[in-house]
Amino acid sequence: MRNSRRLRPARWKTVVGLVLTGLMLFPVYWMINESLTRDQDMRKTPPNWFPVHGTLDGYRAVLHQQMPYLGTSLFIGLGTVALTVAVAAPAGYALGKLRPRGGGVLSFALLMAQMIPGIIMAMGFYAIYLNLGLLNGVPGLILADSTIAVPFGTLVFAAFMSGIPEELLQAAKTDGAGQLRTFWSIVMPVSRNAVVTVSLFAFLWAWSDFMFANTLDSGGRSQPITLGIYHYIGNNNQQWNAIMATAVVASIPATVLLVIAQRYVAAGVTAGAVKD
Amino acid sequence: MNSSTQAGARSALKRSVLPQGSVRGARGAAQAAPRRAPAPRSGTRTTNWAGWAFLAPVTIYLLAFYAYPMYRNVELSLRHYTVRSFVHGGAPFTGLDNYRKVLSDPAFGPALTHTLVFTGVSILCQFWIGMGLAVFFSRNFRLSATLRALFLVPWLLPLIVSASTWSWMLNSDSGVVNHVLHGLGIAPVDWLTSPTWALASVTIANIWIGIPFNLVMLYSGIQTIPSDVYEAAELDGATAWQRFWKVTFPLLRPVAAITLLLGLVYTLKVFDIIWIMTKGGPAGSSATFATWSYQLGFGNLLPEFGPGAAVGNLLVVMALAFGLIYVRAQRKQREA
Repeated sequence: MRNSRRLRPARWKTVVGLVLTGLMLFPVYWMINESLTRDQDMRKTPPNWFPVHGTLDGYRAVLHQQMPYLGTSLFIGLGTVALTVAVAAPAGYALGKLRPRGGGVLSFALLMAQMIPGIIMAMGFYAIYLNLGLLNGVPGLILADSTIAVPFGTLVFAAFMSGIPEELLQAAKTDGAGQLRTFWSIVMPVSRNAVVTVSLFAFLWAWSDFMFANTLDSGGRSQPITLGIYHYIGNNNQQWNAIMATAVVASIPATVLLVIAQRYVAAGVTAGAVKD
Repeated sequence: MNSSTQAGARSALKRSVLPQGSVRGARGAAQAAPRRAPAPRSGTRTTNWAGWAFLAPVTIYLLAFYAYPMYRNVELSLRHYTVRSFVHGGAPFTGLDNYRKVLSDPAFGPALTHTLVFTGVSILCQFWIGMGLAVFFSRNFRLSATLRALFLVPWLLPLIVSASTWSWMLNSDSGVVNHVLHGLGIAPVDWLTSPTWALASVTIANIWIGIPFNLVMLYSGIQTIPSDVYEAAELDGATAWQRFWKVTFPLLRPVAAITLLLGLVYTLKVFDIIWIMTKGGPAGSSATFATWSYQLGFGNLLPEFGPGAAVGNLLVVMALAFGLIYVRAQRKQREA
């Protein structure tokens, strides 16, 4: 009896849940719908609610015009991931496991670093890069993008690594491994999930970055996809299907992240109690 | 040992956000933290040395890529820079002139108001919509996990994608929003091109982006409330409305406070959405401190780096002030 009473509101809730999700994701649907709309239908009244005369013209435009941007974004994303993990993982080990005196100050600094508005950083970087000649280049952008992820990454690594059983490290020590070796051959392999989690977010943030790109790379020869879209909006106001198609393509990493990270993020978080 | 600051780093979300993952904080903000592991009290000389050896890269990194740009920014705000002196150096020191100039600028008042309105309205709407959804999702039903995951999409999309999609949806002539309004018998609104509506438009888009964060935080907070509390309330004949106000909300207060404070810090620094959708216009009607600062430094033909940096630094002070309150709140909650 109890069960049957529970069942009905549950089904009702599923329906409401579907409606709410539909409302929330309407802009995403609309983006996809518009990306498949023909040029002549873009400004039609009323609009086509479904891509009845679907066309891939928008995506063809992406293929022809946006590939270099996508390539640059991919490269910047991977570079940011490498830099972030290289800096954050050892720091996470130190903060999570070795806990040197004064490490708390650094944790605090990392926490506060995340609060600093990006435009301030962008302005500072601009002034520095101008003098160093790093403006309008990919390396400078990788450096700047990594600042979004390094504090986050360090804190995630610290949280994760503090959960590695002490016996594991002790065993390595007994076998004569130094700290460096312990870190490289024990801690890093065990922390695979944290590496994946940090990498995924570092990649996503670098891929999504618009502010640094617009400030530091607006005159560069290799520009990321966020600037590709931005120029698109500015230049050909008419071709909204191409703009929306680019937006869809630019959203792919986020979608992949949502599908993959569900597992890895959960794993990374529960791994505080890693057993083997 | 390990000083009390680590407590600040220790996430309040340790128990709260965990089911959803370490995606704390909107856009890049995380405050995961060392979980209290049963680690031995280290602090011997060798581990101290080794520890700082491992911390060396991040320390250098923070100094070079956080502290130095910040310092450069302060320096920019204290000198009178022209394009020439920006490139070649030699700008005269002018003390607080740039700040005085900014404070007496006719754009200052509106920018302050817009920042407060944008932040306040965004946070209130995000929070209460997120709260409603969190309560709604708090009891599992068929598909609830999947739908909850789908709610994260707006948060994970690149801001340029969200902003350009909203721009197109809010387009005066061909936007779907005006089509719908027309269907309801409401006259079309010049969302992005009229000074009356521009701020509302960017606020709406920003609310949409921020809902997932609030949902995740509050949902995880609700999950930590033991179910027997509800059962007791139910036995006492409490209605759903009473259950929320007498049980959920009071018990959720610490998590709610942290959600609001983090939301505050992140909303203060929102830049991309506004810049992409309206550039702070028309005529400054949607300019916040963030976009005004950028406008001064990069938006005009003749850049005003000094005043731009000054506005930016005011923003930093605001963000860090709330950041400190947040750290305090978090520590208090952990001790409680």
